[in-house]
Amino acid sequence: MHELSIANALVHQVTEALAGSAPCRVTRVRLRIGVLAGVAAEALTFCFEVVTRATPLEGAALEIESIPIAIRCEPCGRIVDLAEAPPFRCPHCDHPSAAVVRGKELELESIEVEDQDRGQAVTPSERRP
Amino acid sequence: MTPRIVELRQGLLKKNDQLAAALRLRFRDAGLFVVNLVSGPGSGKTLLLERTLSALKARGGRPAALVGDLETDRDARRLARAGCPVRQIETHGICHLDAEMIDRHLDAWDLPSHDVLFIENVGNLVCTSSYDLGESCRVALLSVTEGEDKPLKYPGIYNSADAVVLTKIDLADACEFDRDAARSHLLDVRPGVRLIETSAKTGQGVDDWLAFLDERRQGR
Repeated sequence: MHELSIANALVHQVTEALAGSAPCRVTRVRLRIGVLAGVAAEALTFCFEVVTRATPLEGAALEIESIPIAIRCEPCGRIVDLAEAPPFRCPHCDHPSAAVVRGKELELESIEVEDQDRGQAVTPSERRP
Repeated sequence: MTPRIVELRQGLLKKNDQLAAALRLRFRDAGLFVVNLVSGPGSGKTLLLERTLSALKARGGRPAALVGDLETDRDARRLARAGCPVRQIETHGICHLDAEMIDRHLDAWDLPSHDVLFIENVGNLVCTSSYDLGESCRVALLSVTEGEDKPLKYPGIYNSADAVVLTKIDLADACEFDRDAARSHLLDVRPGVRLIETSAKTGQGVDDWLAFLDERRQGR
């Protein structure tokens, strides 16, 4: 149950990213989480609701994109998605592979924010990296 | 009103990963080989480590250990019997060690005076897999009493392991443990992984385990 630690890290990272910008409210947080990352989306959503209270993230929607496992298959010379793993074997040639190229992600992709004082849309030039 | 999108594209464990990278450099500069031992609770990490510390010390090595538990310093006291420096990390409810805990507990420790540092993680097969501790090598344990299908149930941790130590092998027959099935399941989860069978109680396989550590330490 390390979802609480992850939710805390998430709030910290978002708050840090917004430091110095005008007061705003975060309305949406998008994450990419690999199925091998060992994070339960339900538990993370629960923790997110708890730790975001009284922060600019309070009430934000948490969107979690689940990333399936993919391995690099040497004999086939390509990256193949695994619908089911284990086994970590190529579904085409049955060769085993320890080279996991997707499925371990634990990433904060993006957030959506609304400026608190104005509340209107900003032009694309104001989008920040 | 249209919200604006702020692209962040960063790891959720960025802070831990950065600190772990700094630790890895510090360990390398100190000439220290660091092993992160992970497993479920009760699979025999502490007894294997007790044996390992004694054996390494007996042949002139200078090992040390950090041991993580939710509460109590019982494991540190057990390990200290080997006569090596041991520090306990009490996480007070947190189910894994992270790089910050390691960093904090290395305070005022003369790292270059040691050659191997073992980190005995909190007994947990899920959460420990996400946290890089700056280790040179991650070793997962699997005891025969847990059943041969454990790797299939917890693929994340076994997939992240550089080697797997099968522990309590002296109990294999009593538990009707199917070694071939265990090996096959492990290879399904982590193709090519090194599997070392041990009994810290009888000493069986401990030499193989020590040989593995030597190999890895010398980068072979």
